[in-house]
Amino acid sequence: MTLNLTTEDRALLSGGDGEATALAMRILVSAAELLRARSLVQITSAHIDGCLYHGDGGVEFAETLVAAGGQVAVPTTLNVGALDLLHPGSVRADQSKTSMARRQMDAYVSMGAQPTFTCAPYQIGHEPGVGEQIAWGESNAIAFANSVLGARTERYGDFLDACCALTGRAPLYGLHIAKNREAKVVVDVTAVPGALKDQDVFYPVLGTWLGLEIGREIPLIVGLPPTVTRDQLKALGASAASTGAVALFHVLGVTPEAPTLDAVISKDGPVRQIALKPDMVRRALGRLTTADAAEQIDAVAVGSPHFSITEFEALLKLIRGRCFAIPFYACTARDTLRDLERRGDLHVLREAGVEIVADTCVVVTPILPESGSVLMTNSGKFAHYGPSNTGYDVVYGSLEDCVESALTGIVVRTEGIWSW
Amino acid sequence: MLVPGSAEGRLLRLKAPISLWGGINPRSGVIIDPRHPDYGTNIAGMVLAIPGAVGSSSSSAIMLELLREGTAPAAVIMGCADAILALGVLVSIELGHPACPVLEVKLTALDGVSEGALLRITSEGLILRP
Repeated sequence: MTLNLTTEDRALLSGGDGEATALAMRILVSAAELLRARSLVQITSAHIDGCLYHGDGGVEFAETLVAAGGQVAVPTTLNVGALDLLHPGSVRADQSKTSMARRQMDAYVSMGAQPTFTCAPYQIGHEPGVGEQIAWGESNAIAFANSVLGARTERYGDFLDACCALTGRAPLYGLHIAKNREAKVVVDVTAVPGALKDQDVFYPVLGTWLGLEIGREIPLIVGLPPTVTRDQLKALGASAASTGAVALFHVLGVTPEAPTLDAVISKDGPVRQIALKPDMVRRALGRLTTADAAEQIDAVAVGSPHFSITEFEALLKLIRGRCFAIPFYACTARDTLRDLERRGDLHVLREAGVEIVADTCVVVTPILPESGSVLMTNSGKFAHYGPSNTGYDVVYGSLEDCVESALTGIVVRTEGIWSW
Repeated sequence: MLVPGSAEGRLLRLKAPISLWGGINPRSGVIIDPRHPDYGTNIAGMVLAIPGAVGSSSSSAIMLELLREGTAPAAVIMGCADAILALGVLVSIELGHPACPVLEVKLTALDGVSEGALLRITSEGLILRP
């Protein structure tokens, strides 16, 4: 199978739009051949994950594109970087790492990408529509865009995300093609009590189980209430994309491509059926806590994916004028931070002891106190990556549990809802 | 061949798929994921045979770091093609840094080749025992 390029594709490749686009196009074409794509597809937006510093090579790549005159060809948002540019000093890094991490973030901004620095661009107004072809990086954003918004992206990572943004194109393969978006697994959660399905704390657990169970397959979830919220679906996708490579899930009667079973189920070959049972839920729940015996926690972190304004509203309701005894980090987008400021909520949060982390988050860069060892979170993604990336053991609980525990530093967990 | 090129090195078979990000220290080439069965092994300069790649798409960034630091494998033989890993090599080539060939080969083709055996990868994609 060979890759067919259009006249316009070839013009970009031969430098018709400048050397940076030609460089991006060469990498894109090689990648498209590796992926066995038949052609490229025009995209309407890009979300670049490559502004997070992993080493000097990433800086060199971005600055090479800048030096060659690179500019994004489509509206482009940026994922988190390794620094909180709004709160300098909150990240522990030496001068040289700080400077390189900053250069990497700046390089993408100078190519015309919007300095959003969030893993959840979809909750600050960047919402591609159903069927739109896009090239997004960051696993939770990919899952949300494909599943909840019905846009079409594959899993783009470092370098390829930028090449798509500069050329306005992506390899036409995988989830860009309607046929490849059909569900081959049906997950039935009908038996889960409605009271549990109403709770936010259920969704990271469901996602954790889902990712482990189905890996990179596309599931249709049956039996979730139509009242399921965007924050709950966000948490579900983020966890499933952490423990597995889930880039698209359908929810019957909820997500745009799954109005009916017939509309979304694959007609080719067998469709696997799984009914969610209490022991599966309990195993997934157990996996999210590595500090089982811990009675005390050293810090709380929420906001992976980045906290939305509705999640902050819930947090504000729970605080009720009280004050935390241990560090409580809430990671969010700078846009959401501005909203909080405008509403007058920011000082209420700060008075309670909430430390807002913007532009980055606590598992991609050193922010958590060096002296601590146990972190409590309501995020399945923090619970998954926390131990390897921060050295902290984790305790998983609801937002209510996190707030109550942070008031004293003693673990409070509501266990009752899990018995069914 | 996913990325063409010639190379020579000793065979190192990994017992499980690996995520380069969080799995390998780009400064040293040593496997740092304590859950990986080859924890502690150094991949630098080896003909690395892996069943597949898993995990973060940031692995392409780590592949680039390995090539820049001189800690990359001499060649990668993959049982299952992975664009993320190969992409790191493509970018390294574009930036004028070293490259290493990446091949997709059924790993059973290496059955009977002893661990540590010297292998030569030709630019035509042949794996030879010199």
